[in-house]
Amino acid sequence: MTAVQPQLTEPIEPGRDALDVGTTATRAVHGRSRVPWRFLGSRALFYLFTLWAAITINFFLPRMMKGDAVTQYLARNRNVSPEAADALRALLGLDTDKSLLQQYLDYWSHLLRGDLGVSLLHGLRPVTEVISQALPWTIGLVGFATIVSFTIGTVGGAVIGWRRGSRLDALIPITTFLSTIPYFWLGLLAIAVFSVNLRWFPIGKAYGVGVRPEWSLEFIGQVIHHGTLPALTIVIASLGGWMLGMRNMMLTVLDEDYITVAQAKGMPNSRVLWRYAARNAVLPQIQSFALSIGFIVGGTIVMEMVFSYPGIGKLLLDATNAKDYALMQGVFLVITISVLVANILADVAYAFLDPRTRQTEA
Amino acid sequence: MTVLDFAHVTKIYNVRGAGQMKALDDVSFTLQSGRTIGLVGQSGSGKSTIAKILTQLERPTSGDVLLDGAPIPQRGQALRRYRQQLRMVFQDPFASLNPYHSIRYHIERPLRLDGVVPAAQTEAEVRRLLERVRLDPQTVIDRRPHELSGGQRQRVAIARALASRPKILVADEPVSMLDVSIRLGVLNLLADLQREEGLGVLYITHDLATARHFSDEIIVLNQGRIVEQGTADDVILRPQDPYTRELRAASPDPEKHFAAQSPTGGLR
Amino acid sequence: MPGGSGSPASFLHESDTMTDTLLSVHDFSVVYDVEPPVAAVKNVSLDLRRGEILGLAGESGCGKTTLAYGVQRLLKAPAVITSGSVVFHDASGESIDVNGLDPEQMRRFRWDKVSMVFQGAMNALNPVAPIGAQLEDVFDVHRPEMSARQRRAEVKELLEIVKVGAQRIRSFPHELSGGMRQRVMIAMALALRPQLMVMDEPTTALDVLVQREILRQISQLRHEFGFSVIFITHDLPLLLEISDRIAIMRDGEIVELDTAERIWTHPKDEYTRTLLSSFPRLTGERGVVVR
Repeated sequence: MTAVQPQLTEPIEPGRDALDVGTTATRAVHGRSRVPWRFLGSRALFYLFTLWAAITINFFLPRMMKGDAVTQYLARNRNVSPEAADALRALLGLDTDKSLLQQYLDYWSHLLRGDLGVSLLHGLRPVTEVISQALPWTIGLVGFATIVSFTIGTVGGAVIGWRRGSRLDALIPITTFLSTIPYFWLGLLAIAVFSVNLRWFPIGKAYGVGVRPEWSLEFIGQVIHHGTLPALTIVIASLGGWMLGMRNMMLTVLDEDYITVAQAKGMPNSRVLWRYAARNAVLPQIQSFALSIGFIVGGTIVMEMVFSYPGIGKLLLDATNAKDYALMQGVFLVITISVLVANILADVAYAFLDPRTRQTEA
Repeated sequence: MTVLDFAHVTKIYNVRGAGQMKALDDVSFTLQSGRTIGLVGQSGSGKSTIAKILTQLERPTSGDVLLDGAPIPQRGQALRRYRQQLRMVFQDPFASLNPYHSIRYHIERPLRLDGVVPAAQTEAEVRRLLERVRLDPQTVIDRRPHELSGGQRQRVAIARALASRPKILVADEPVSMLDVSIRLGVLNLLADLQREEGLGVLYITHDLATARHFSDEIIVLNQGRIVEQGTADDVILRPQDPYTRELRAASPDPEKHFAAQSPTGGLR
Repeated sequence: MPGGSGSPASFLHESDTMTDTLLSVHDFSVVYDVEPPVAAVKNVSLDLRRGEILGLAGESGCGKTTLAYGVQRLLKAPAVITSGSVVFHDASGESIDVNGLDPEQMRRFRWDKVSMVFQGAMNALNPVAPIGAQLEDVFDVHRPEMSARQRRAEVKELLEIVKVGAQRIRSFPHELSGGMRQRVMIAMALALRPQLMVMDEPTTALDVLVQREILRQISQLRHEFGFSVIFITHDLPLLLEISDRIAIMRDGEIVELDTAERIWTHPKDEYTRTLLSSFPRLTGERGVVVR
């Protein structure tokens, strides 16, 4: 009632509804595009800055670690020529006869050419190659599992929230309990029951031993077969969070006036549930989901260890143990970029889904 | 005699993406102790901005606010002393009291912070203040806000405002969220306190009827500008400005309505 | 039932088609089933006439909102209707026992026969859907035989009737001012041309000028479309100006029910008098607040 709504300094157009004047946003409607360019633009700038900062930190990381990895490597592999050793040092940025600034610029020029260096651990193969072999497995499996978990959790949460007080409520403590079980235990249990005893699923790996990856139906079948158990355990472990979050949002939204209005209008329950309640309640869920996408790439290292799955998590762990700086840097970079991308997606999704963000400045 | 001078105040907000918005345009008025000014305006008129400037939550873009001839200090001890002199009572009696604390705590705080009375006399002063606002200290002092009615909460808010012995009281829609039958009670309380303490009161409202009965002088704000100013009766009964006339015509007035309907004062 | 025009059966039938009473509420009670139970509405009876504006006045907790929601069966747990009947006398002649309708019948009854304008349109509109869609919703559900184009045209007409303007059809609620949102609510309530509109504090959060404009509009719409209005508010002076009759409620009971004029000139109940005296006269004598 006494909210301050300042007056626009432009003169009032004749014929306009005099009662509108002096109140909020009466101009913005005409000729306004549906895409919130200004909002997205300012976010994009922010993300570019964050990316630059992340890459710069990435640059400094190995330089802050002790020990010269190259010497250790050379100690183990004697057949590397001095020139190659120099090149390696340059790649890893342990080249002390260049100034820091020069190293930094070199780093950027390498980066922009897609050259992330070579991996000491993997026989000097380019880091990009090593990562790109592992990445699809992680993204594929964990990404798929996350999407499934999110969908079931959100839809389930919406229904449970709608039927407040019914027996469905029991699903919440059940699923949250499942998510508190230590994942490795869940994974091992699944293997013990389904792989060893029932022999329904293979024990581990992404595909059969000795099989070469190819785009054939049989291979895809193998991938699915091998991937079922890991995916299933991930879904079971993460379902509770999504369900709880959605249900709680639903309860908040269902108390809002516009739900009562919708029911008073004689809307059938399904319409009120999905188009009025869930549509509003899902907004924070979408943000959580987009953020969790970023963490997919970080990889579920535990899952990869339990199921011997050839993903990024294991790659990073091995690289860290072997002090394979180039590979570590490469993986960090990939994780950073994907988290940023995920954030951008979250913002974009929110901007499109919630019309109120388009109007107000971020 | 304390005098608050609001002199040619203009307040412009910069809104990103929409240019400038003038919330106040050359607003001037003088408030004296013992007098009530009713500040009448609808939403968007700028009355809340005036309250914010008086309580130093906002600074004027141009113009001065003077208390007893001296400009309002910007910071430090001087600002604290100023804030002791000018207190505010807010619209929402629930939102302005911290639900976690007891009534005693609410009224003690300004007493302690401003050192109004020696520490030993704090409890007695709290009780005295509660009695001033016609609440029974025994019943109320240890309760929490949600255990009191809206009217009682507003009285506590008034007691709290009076704790530091201010000279000016800014009441921003103090009764609009209260039940109808207790509104006049609270307004009468404010009037009594004003008389007894010699307060200058700025009564901000959108309701012309209560403004008329409670104020000596009425200022009508429209979109940041003062469109009419005068004694309460002059402004309400003999309005000059077209906006004021519109406001008056729009306010429910059963007396006029029925007189016009049936001059014989009988059947419809 | 066969019979000549003079026989009792057809005589009943004739007068039945257009009774003066639209809604008969008899001995209606609502209790909130909490510990201890709260009787929110106590044995309320009233007859709402066709085309009349009935004001329902009272302070918070008197039961006016509970009564208005209750007769439409919009109350949620823990509210329970413990007694009474609500009969809606449709223009077609049929008398509908509202309490006896099953959920599907109730859903169809809603908005078609009785619609509601809610308080604080701030939150009464779905924030993520444009107002055009929310208006079309009504037709989509209640008039499925209409084509998309017909629905769109109908919605545009409604927006013009309430003076929001057809060009706002794709605006979101937060883009409109409070007054416009309220008018959108009125348009929504008007959509199916109901016979009764229940308005719960529709102008409370609005400025006095906007309020007057909206009241004028309601009055004009009432004359044009002939619906009855139950107007709930604590603002008694407002009711005195716009209502035909006023019911004063206190503690779940109607303490006085009379024409607006008689309430003003000859209030019978003590509470009515108290309520009246709580509103200072705008143009009458001063002195209500002792200065």
